[in-house]
Amino acid sequence: MRLAIVGAGAVGTAVAELAGEYGHTVTGLADSSSGVADGDGVDVGATLERKRSEGTVGADAPGDVLQGPYDVLVEATPTTLGDAEPGFGHVRTALERDRHAVLANKGPVAERYGDVRALERESAGDVLFEATVGGAIPVLSTIADVGADNVSAVRGVLNGTANFVLSRMAAEGLSYEHVLAEAQDLGVAEADPSFDVEGTDAALKCVIVANVLAEDDGEFTLADAEVSGIRELPASALDLATEAGQTIRLIGEVSGGDVRVGPRLVPEHGTLAVGGTRNIVQLETAHAGRLNISGRGAGGPETASAVLADVGRLSE
Amino acid sequence: MSDSPDGVRSYTIRLELVDRPGELLRALAPIADNGGNLLSIFHERGNVTPRGQIPVEVDLEATPEQFDAIVDGLREAEITVIQAGAERYSEEVTVILVGHLVDTDLSNTLSTIQGSTGASVQALSLSAPEGTEAESSARLGLATHSGETDTVLADIREIAAEKGLRVIEPLTGGDAE
Repeated sequence: MRLAIVGAGAVGTAVAELAGEYGHTVTGLADSSSGVADGDGVDVGATLERKRSEGTVGADAPGDVLQGPYDVLVEATPTTLGDAEPGFGHVRTALERDRHAVLANKGPVAERYGDVRALERESAGDVLFEATVGGAIPVLSTIADVGADNVSAVRGVLNGTANFVLSRMAAEGLSYEHVLAEAQDLGVAEADPSFDVEGTDAALKCVIVANVLAEDDGEFTLADAEVSGIRELPASALDLATEAGQTIRLIGEVSGGDVRVGPRLVPEHGTLAVGGTRNIVQLETAHAGRLNISGRGAGGPETASAVLADVGRLSE
Repeated sequence: MSDSPDGVRSYTIRLELVDRPGELLRALAPIADNGGNLLSIFHERGNVTPRGQIPVEVDLEATPEQFDAIVDGLREAEITVIQAGAERYSEEVTVILVGHLVDTDLSNTLSTIQGSTGASVQALSLSAPEGTEAESSARLGLATHSGETDTVLADIREIAAEKGLRVIEPLTGGDAE
């Protein structure tokens, strides 16, 4: 498949670097201000080197990449809320050109799921977005395999930053501020960690799952989620949990049309009490019982592997 | 109906016995066999049911596990159990409250929870390592009526929101069991 990649952050560049290994050709790459498009294939190494040294990926405009030659548009620009632009517009352009779109950007499928599906119905292209939920963990494809009708609930740890903070606080008896600063030093938390510690990121993932489970019977957006985060959680709360054989995790839950994200008590050594930045997703199914899938919920190559798995599904 | 720290509670079981000698003794065996403590027996000999059986009401003390075993034992012995598990509280749930617990009158918070949710606060641990001026945490052990845990948690969320407190709820369903 010929891939055009929009967004040259950790995920976009990892997709570009790994595409060849998966048997695909990168025919376009764009960041927010520049682009390179070539139907015969872009020289990925040279392009990423140019990005590092000059700050641009090529002499073309990002729009040229969107209108350029490709079979699949990989949308890997940063997640935005509300109108989900510019990601939504990129997806629209690809679908209107009867091309496929594979998203790593949560915005369009969390905030405008109905619009995305409507565009897809009018297009010869398909939309897939495995990478938007749980990074490397195959959450959406598992739901597709099990059948959305057979899944009664989905819950789990969907934000590595928050999980790192909570598991370090519990293990070391450290304060929230201390562990957050440490996470920022390690690159686990961003300079502005609001999106992660306030539960927004986990909530977006849950909203996407809710949209998939609803199967076009109703649409969810972030506004439908009940969200509370872990900001400034006192260490005493974790101490009290530990004394009772429990611990605290930021848990996202989709069940019976409700989407909830918040700090919850879970058994200290239970399945959901994963450590560090690890994510876990638990599915309740009608015939297969409970499924637990755990793994890396973020990271360039990890998330890129989910993007490329979607591209592989489109090739079939 | 009492609750004690070691999990032993009072239960009432209503049985219907066939009118023949030795039947009452046979009905009491599973209680003793499973470690239950018999409190009283009300044997209504004069009050035969339409099916010709004799109603018996038994009060006993047992842990929830023992009680389940007792009911199973009665059913295995083919004794008719009309009603079992009339215990007041059957589910235990732990929540943690976080915030200015002392400034917002913790004892009032607890009595509001107890008064308006129907749950009984059985245990309380308060941790305020930085003094009562800073944010502190409290772990509450609650006993709730069977099947009412979700409603109780929703009520607690509301009570906490009014006082600006955060609630860390248990994950019901899921691997919390």
